[in-house]
Amino acid sequence: MTSHDKVRKATASEGKQSHVSLYAARVGVYPKAVRGPVRTVKWGVLAFCLAVYYVLPWLRWDRGPGRVSQAVLLDLPNRRFYFFTVEFWPQDIYYLTGALILAAVGLFLVTSLAGRVWCGYACPQTVWTDLFMWVERLVEGDRNQRMRRDQGPATVDKLWRKGVKHAVWLGIAFWTGGAWIMYFADAPTLTVQFWRGEAGTAAYFFIGLFTFTTYLLAGWAREQVCTYMCPWPRFQAAMLDEQSLIVTYQPWRGEPRGHGKRDGSAAAGLGHCIDCLACVHVCPTGIDIRDGVQLECINCGLCVDACNEMMVKTGQPKGLVTWDTLAGQKARAEGRHEAFRPFRPRTLIYLAAMAVALLVMGTALATRSHIDLAVQHDRAPLFVRVRDGDIRNGYTVKISNKTQAPAEFALGLRGLPGGVMALAEQSGAPAPSQVLAVDADSIGTFRILVFGRPTPQAGGSQALDFMLRNIANGERTTYASVFLGPGGKDR
Amino acid sequence: MPTKIEKDTLSGRETTGHEWDGLKELNTPLPRWWLYTFAACCLCALVLVLLLPSIPYGSGYFHGLLGLSSRATVAADVKAMEAQRGIFMDKIKTMPIEQVKQDPQLLAVATAAGRIAFATNCQPCHGPGGEGRIGYPNLADDTWLWGGKLADIQQTITYGIRSGHEKARNSTMPAFGALGVLKPEQIEAVADYVWSAFYGHAEAGADLAKGRALFVENCAVCHGDNGEGKRDVGAPPLKSAVHLYDDTRAAVVTQITNPHLGVMPTWERRGNNTGLDAATIKSVALYVHALGGGE
Repeated sequence: MTSHDKVRKATASEGKQSHVSLYAARVGVYPKAVRGPVRTVKWGVLAFCLAVYYVLPWLRWDRGPGRVSQAVLLDLPNRRFYFFTVEFWPQDIYYLTGALILAAVGLFLVTSLAGRVWCGYACPQTVWTDLFMWVERLVEGDRNQRMRRDQGPATVDKLWRKGVKHAVWLGIAFWTGGAWIMYFADAPTLTVQFWRGEAGTAAYFFIGLFTFTTYLLAGWAREQVCTYMCPWPRFQAAMLDEQSLIVTYQPWRGEPRGHGKRDGSAAAGLGHCIDCLACVHVCPTGIDIRDGVQLECINCGLCVDACNEMMVKTGQPKGLVTWDTLAGQKARAEGRHEAFRPFRPRTLIYLAAMAVALLVMGTALATRSHIDLAVQHDRAPLFVRVRDGDIRNGYTVKISNKTQAPAEFALGLRGLPGGVMALAEQSGAPAPSQVLAVDADSIGTFRILVFGRPTPQAGGSQALDFMLRNIANGERTTYASVFLGPGGKDR
Repeated sequence: MPTKIEKDTLSGRETTGHEWDGLKELNTPLPRWWLYTFAACCLCALVLVLLLPSIPYGSGYFHGLLGLSSRATVAADVKAMEAQRGIFMDKIKTMPIEQVKQDPQLLAVATAAGRIAFATNCQPCHGPGGEGRIGYPNLADDTWLWGGKLADIQQTITYGIRSGHEKARNSTMPAFGALGVLKPEQIEAVADYVWSAFYGHAEAGADLAKGRALFVENCAVCHGDNGEGKRDVGAPPLKSAVHLYDDTRAAVVTQITNPHLGVMPTWERRGNNTGLDAATIKSVALYVHALGGGE
């Protein structure tokens, strides 16, 4: 029975009016505690995800003296993203594209293999909702107690339990927001600043925002987020096929359902489903898995544990609700067996797409240069004739030193015979090459004046390459620019 | 009032009771909290209408209870920025220009301010990059009439050239032809010599010795025996690839006969609040010096 059906039933029983409500009141979901292997795995994933989220920003990483010592840090003011050994600059943003492509195709792959396990196990909405439900269960008791108390009058017992529950929820939500901002600044420093009231407005704003949204979404909205807000359930149907493992009820075995005694006599004519509603009571989205695949199902599999427990108690084989494919179910109903086929065109295509993305990303990351050169030719004047008849061109040269140490770079010219260069506003004599020092992890900007006599046949413009070499590690790069002169028209 | 609510056999859902030529609509109820959220958003919109500038009427508009105005915000920002910049400009004003150049922070401020002031005041004659044009010197090259050191540039900008200011840079090249000092053929001879010896163009059959004698007698006192020029009097170097007036022999003749005498105004702040203040003049000097030819 879906929540919609419950609503309809409720409205229909309200006196059989001739109009129908276009708005549905929310039907409370009181998930019952459950034990079993699926639940254990779900707790494990939950603990792992939360541990990663809360602990990651506190990991230290030695990058040398005076450098950022946080393993994972999004340094927005300085435009750097530190991720363990790798340090990303803003121009590396395409790695983010690659990571997002990997994540998206990975999600498609997992869904076509094992249904919406992302929704059921790893989605933050699921993880925090699960955590909040656990707190709720500790404070208010299990399903029946909670339902009874909610329907009862406002007693002291009810009030203090509700109060404690919301206080703990808010505490967790605050901690969640607090962990979020740690990714954007040095965690220990920010923590001290935060409690002293010295942190930036953004820190307080985002803690407030995440406290509010966590409390609202995990405490109050819960399955409404999955059912009404999230787009993923809408297009998951495109990823699923009859070969995907999903949480499913086996009607060929369970039906007809009923409470009757199963003493081995076929007279009762009942299937294995004893209609105990254990699967419905444990469901965090309040649906009945026996209705088949449905939008609200997040594939968490808690109903599998609940049903198995009842099957054992009633001495029947486990797995009435289980992970199976639609094709497998059809085959079983016909008495055949059909093996799960993880390798099929859909999954192979997803795998290939992931492999390509991974290969491209990995290669790009491994061969990433720690040097970058950008040269901008002056716009006005395009060239200057100096006293001895040479032509002078001005350039703004930007050298990115992506290494962790200050470095000296040798800048040379190619394509202008006899060309020399000098640093503007510096006293040194023009020379064929210049040595330029750039601080660790920064961009050095230099104004370079190049003197030369362009060949007459160049027609006013000739190619000029700037060649850069990191003197310490020998890494090189080249930038193709031009050298402009008066050309043929000049006397 | 819809009256024919039916149960759809395929989906098991009820219809809304509406029917259009046989088409019926299934009822998929929206959650009630969604409706409340919508109402809350409408309420927020109303509050914003009251708080912020919102409703226009004939000659004006409703300013909102908070009295916010983006124009006033900009004005305040500009004022704050001017105050902030004023600290630096005051320092630049009192500090000798050579010291300003040694201070990276002040130099950055001065260069930025100088670029703007240059674009506003100097660009019409000297060009957007200081490249000049015929009669208006190129400020980016290494040829200077009156000196290319910071102090020289600052002085030139402050008082101008032949501007009428008592401290202006002043000199006059005699009109050798117009005043009858040299006869036309003598002028031609001098021009031949200048064109050949300094401009680097050999003129066939020209009597260079005569021209050279006339040059030493009349011109060398300012332009130097070897055409190196003399900055005390703003006499341009003739032995150079760069020339202030058009690079033709005819231009040389014209300049000897009846010379152009370039004028640059004084930029010193004057009583009627025109001109530039001292800090801005220093900034422009620093900017010009950095164009590439500064000494």
